[in-house]
Amino acid sequence: MKRLLAIILCVLPLGVMASSGHMALDKADVDLTNKASLQRGFKYFVNYCLSCHSAGYARYNRVGRDLGIPDKILLENVIFIRDKKNEQLKPGDLMKVTMSDDYAKDAFGTEPPDLTLVARVRGADWLYTYLRSFYLDPSRPFGVNNTVFPNVGMPHVLWELQGWQALRESHAHGEDEGHDEGAAEEGGHEGPAQLVLVKQGVQSPAEYDQTVRDIVNFLVYLGEPVKLKRQTIGLFVILFLVLFSVLAYFLKKEYWKDVH
Amino acid sequence: MFKKLLAWVDARFPLTETWEAHLSKYYAPKNFNFWYFFGSLALLVLVLQILTGLFLAMNYKPDAGLAFASVEYIMRDVPGGWFLRYMHSTGASAFFIVVYLHMFRGLIYGSYKNPRELLWLIGMLIYVVLMATAFMGYLLPWGQMSFWGAQVIVNLFGAIPGIGPDLALWIRGDYVVSDATLNRFFALHFFLPVIILPALVFVHIVALHRVGSNNPDGVEIKKKKDENGVPLDGIPFHPYYTVKDIVGVGVFLILFFAVVFFMPEMFGRFLEHDNFVPANPLKTPEHIAPVWYFTPFYTVLRAVPDPFLGVVGMGAAVGILFLLPWIDRNPIKSWRYRSKLHKFSIFYFVFAFLWLGWLGMQTVTPLNAELGVRFAETYFLFFYVLWVYSRQRSKGFYLFAFALAMGLIVVYDLIRVQTLDPGIVWPALLIPGIYLAVCLLGPIVAPRLNEEKPVPERVTA
Repeated sequence: MKRLLAIILCVLPLGVMASSGHMALDKADVDLTNKASLQRGFKYFVNYCLSCHSAGYARYNRVGRDLGIPDKILLENVIFIRDKKNEQLKPGDLMKVTMSDDYAKDAFGTEPPDLTLVARVRGADWLYTYLRSFYLDPSRPFGVNNTVFPNVGMPHVLWELQGWQALRESHAHGEDEGHDEGAAEEGGHEGPAQLVLVKQGVQSPAEYDQTVRDIVNFLVYLGEPVKLKRQTIGLFVILFLVLFSVLAYFLKKEYWKDVH
Repeated sequence: MFKKLLAWVDARFPLTETWEAHLSKYYAPKNFNFWYFFGSLALLVLVLQILTGLFLAMNYKPDAGLAFASVEYIMRDVPGGWFLRYMHSTGASAFFIVVYLHMFRGLIYGSYKNPRELLWLIGMLIYVVLMATAFMGYLLPWGQMSFWGAQVIVNLFGAIPGIGPDLALWIRGDYVVSDATLNRFFALHFFLPVIILPALVFVHIVALHRVGSNNPDGVEIKKKKDENGVPLDGIPFHPYYTVKDIVGVGVFLILFFAVVFFMPEMFGRFLEHDNFVPANPLKTPEHIAPVWYFTPFYTVLRAVPDPFLGVVGMGAAVGILFLLPWIDRNPIKSWRYRSKLHKFSIFYFVFAFLWLGWLGMQTVTPLNAELGVRFAETYFLFFYVLWVYSRQRSKGFYLFAFALAMGLIVVYDLIRVQTLDPGIVWPALLIPGIYLAVCLLGPIVAPRLNEEKPVPERVTA
């Protein structure tokens, strides 16, 4: 009993650790096994993200292989970017962008970060909430702000799909100057629940959520292309090791028969 | 044929002799329990780290401009590269888990006591080299946490009066952590674990086999031998413990590969989220936390307001472990036969150590800072109590020991509390207060809890 109590006391801080959450985010609910979703996400990614953001650690043809897209289609429909000699990139190339850092800095105030690993840095739920949290704010250079990432430099790239949202009144503190990304993580978040659609885009809210989910799904895949594969291999490895351990245990028992 | 070959070799190299001395005729106590798996597991992890590290090094580029991308190249383009990388990153954490459990075993069964003091010292040396190795290895992915973690830790050396700044400069090879730092850390991250660690482990095992293994009863099996000079409670290490350790290896690998294949990031504890952002010397992250295995000592560092004294405190937290054989002079080795209060003391120590570890991952709030101070105090008080428990003392001695420690803490609190929130400081005094009261007043109030049991002549089952 006393030992049990001691163990509970020792493990207590670990429990506290697990329960200490950050801000409330909407669940992205991505599914890496859904290839159609990944392909749609890739399409949106190439069309909407890859002109300013790079994915400079990933190669087109690796994505193609994993998502079932042949090189021919990649060349015809996916690879829009040209290199310095104005030649189209090859399927084996990294997904770099041609926009220079200096130009990006002039345009956005900061360089758009590389997106290869963004899902591993931010997490799927953060991305899913972020891309649905742009709202009209005339005080910002691009006329939009974001509740998840206040005063972000990024314009609302997906506006033609989503349309425009506005902040419900009495939630003005997200507009404070000096709010940076860190402050958002401290609890400045309000979430899409605080936003109202004032002008719908070509997609309905449900369709737009699905679009964002597809993009986030793709970003999760992009962050770690081997994720699904490692889980499959892992199952067999663990299964083998369980068998191995059982056999090893019986071997040990046999050897230890004469130890009293 | 085989016999002839063996005789030929034995005439030129002590093969059979070595095999017998260290395996087939090395007699280990027959009553090893769960806690005795972690020595062989530590050796296994060392081998895995060296092997995976070797193949990672074939694809890694120790260059500030290329390092981060080369890790992603390993993760994406090198066949099986992700597997090597995850094994290596998980292995680092596994190494510390195994080593901490191995050290805990030594603590509860008194494995550091006469005649094993030197064995303990060599082990502690291994632990320190392991920490240095892990620290340098963590810089190599060149992510934000790699960079800023190294920056913070190297700056600690700068807090040493006089030589500090020059020392930090010498370690970095630059005024900030840079390409030069990355290059030398890569070199050292190869040198230390591949040359120094195996050498120390070898010496550790040689020292162990000279004195023989301790066991959960803390009984010296060499004192009772049969007519052939074989310890009555000993069994040959091979095959008995080789087959037993293989079971331990199997179970360990199940857990290890469960992490490697299903949760290599371990919720941001083994691979921190911010480390997937390339190092940026111009952008300090909001929250710099060392990897979990350093956080208990990091909390001790933060618990002291003065930077230099903080470094001293952190060094002392590791250093005091070296002195364990001379702090705990109680002739009874195993906690099985020591007092209930001693067991309580050890549990409370583990409790404090885990809290220190957790606090080291958190941002500093007034409450967290105060808890850090209190658990750091408790950490050091454990060794004080251990010294008091070296033998049965008079009631007056316990009372004096209690008053002395509490007095010092309260005096320090009275100085500190002027700039802090008394509503946090005084309630938190309970953390070391309860510990000291139970351990040092307990023997007076409830002498039964302070009774030690007779140690048996032979090991129990």
